[in-house]
Amino acid sequence: MALLIAAAALPFFVSDYRTFQFTLVIGYAVTLLGLNILTGYNGQISLGHGAFFAIGAYTAAIMMDRWDLPYWSTIPVAGLTCLIAGFLFGLPALRLEGLYLALATFALAVATPQLLKYKGIEDWTGGVQGIVILKPSAPFGLPISPDKWLYLFALAVALAMFLMGIGILRGRVGRALIAIRDHPTAAAAMGVNTSLYKSLTFGVSALYTGIGGALSALAIGFVAPDSFGFFLSISFLVGIVVGGLASVSGAIFGALFIQFVPNIADHISKSAPWAVYGVFLVAFMYLMPTGIAGALQIAWARLARLPAKTPL
Amino acid sequence: METFLHQVLSGLATGGIYASIALALVMIYQATHLVNFAQGEMAMFSTYIAWSLIESGLPYWVAFGATVVAAFAMGIVIERLIVRPIADKSELAVVVVFIGLLLIFNSVAGFIWTYSLKTFPTPFSPTLIPGNKYLTSHEIGAMLITLLELGALYVFFRFTSLGLAMRAAAYNPVSSRLVGVRVGRMLALGWGLAAVIGAIAGMMVAHVVYLDPNMMTGILLYGFAGALLGGIDNPGGAVIGGFIVGVAENVLGAYVIGTDLKLSVALVLIVGVLTLKPAGLFGKTIVKRV
Repeated sequence: MALLIAAAALPFFVSDYRTFQFTLVIGYAVTLLGLNILTGYNGQISLGHGAFFAIGAYTAAIMMDRWDLPYWSTIPVAGLTCLIAGFLFGLPALRLEGLYLALATFALAVATPQLLKYKGIEDWTGGVQGIVILKPSAPFGLPISPDKWLYLFALAVALAMFLMGIGILRGRVGRALIAIRDHPTAAAAMGVNTSLYKSLTFGVSALYTGIGGALSALAIGFVAPDSFGFFLSISFLVGIVVGGLASVSGAIFGALFIQFVPNIADHISKSAPWAVYGVFLVAFMYLMPTGIAGALQIAWARLARLPAKTPL
Repeated sequence: METFLHQVLSGLATGGIYASIALALVMIYQATHLVNFAQGEMAMFSTYIAWSLIESGLPYWVAFGATVVAAFAMGIVIERLIVRPIADKSELAVVVVFIGLLLIFNSVAGFIWTYSLKTFPTPFSPTLIPGNKYLTSHEIGAMLITLLELGALYVFFRFTSLGLAMRAAAYNPVSSRLVGVRVGRMLALGWGLAAVIGAIAGMMVAHVVYLDPNMMTGILLYGFAGALLGGIDNPGGAVIGGFIVGVAENVLGAYVIGTDLKLSVALVLIVGVLTLKPAGLFGKTIVKRV
């Protein structure tokens, strides 16, 4: 709760540019939560979530630019579009296990920029040029800048998405997802409809990712095919691995990581961000497979045990 | 008809490259049941080594040989340091580590050699084969090299005792160990060979697509498509699959969908094969015991 108040108060203490960066963090956090539901909790490896991020971003941009719809209405539509797209991609993906799904989604990630540039949909997507959208300003004449308003808006959306995510994962559905990940046959034997759950999870995961994409499109005010390449999908993978697989708070740590670490590393050299990503991916898998969230949890558990032990 | 023949033949030439990458992927998959996402970047890195050697004044074939040796060593080092510790971890861990490896190779190459495009020389002079109206000398030369390499590999695996030991180690590690095959060493050798195949493919393709750190991403994708089409557990099938993908890509690109959607062919192929016939054209259907 204190964290939430701090997060809501944040834009009033930092510059507009920083606020904009944190808005992107929120967009990434929602995306990473979606990817984590699929990959971390359900064990379906996706290297292609950049594609759903792109669909969400483009849905928002097309609705605002071509149809003059208000910015807030794009969020649910982007989510729904991705839910359907994810569900449809999830149907054939059902037949793919582990590595093969990783392969198929890898192909999706590599092909996404080309698909977005496709001539047949250029009237909508603006082809290579992409689409420029106007940043929404604060309603009711509130005296805050568009960046700050958008941050608060994104925060509210993210809060709703996280609460929903926690609701899904803590309950019966969440346990079913984990059961499918750890032992699909046993899960099926216990009466879990694995194929329905798996394709629905794909859809829900894409829904989160699409909303994340729409939020970041609103914040940046611009979408173009080449910003949704293979490396975007890889950033998401880095985010969930570093933040913590199968952890809700991990999505937030991961989002902070993929927003700020490349910026810092960029000062060293142009190739440094990706080198850092690569090293972190390998190192986390060997040394800290539960990510930052897991490490914090372990540290917290140790601290909590200490006072109990001292009297003995 | 002329242009169609030209498209098919130059499709076969690029198909040779895809076939090599597909073969390298299949070799590693057969031995360890891992899919090496970093295969393309390893090849790219080796190609840069070759480029540096040629730039420093070495003749092409000397640089070629030195690169092959370097790639072999690189494959073995990666197997020992990175792959072995994760071989028995979850699939997710394996995928993540290989993607990490991909990023490291990519960025280190960008750091050392910058991201600007470089021209890569070809050893085949334009006057090599006079009167060839469908293919350039480089395409013919690259195809010959690929075929020679595939032939040599076939002979190696089929007729030498080391090749037999490697096949045994991949097929049944436990029994092989019992009859005295050093399974660990065979796996490392397999990685070395796969890296060499990739390096040769990289050196052949770099003349066509120009050398840059991202040059292998698309080629790796076609390699995957070829391997899956042929059957990921069947080396011969993977080679044929690679050639089919090369021709399909060229012909479809020229007549049906245009060049700007070429990569999507690979996407459709991969998803299609995996969904409709996961074992590929020549693979065995795997029945898993639970």
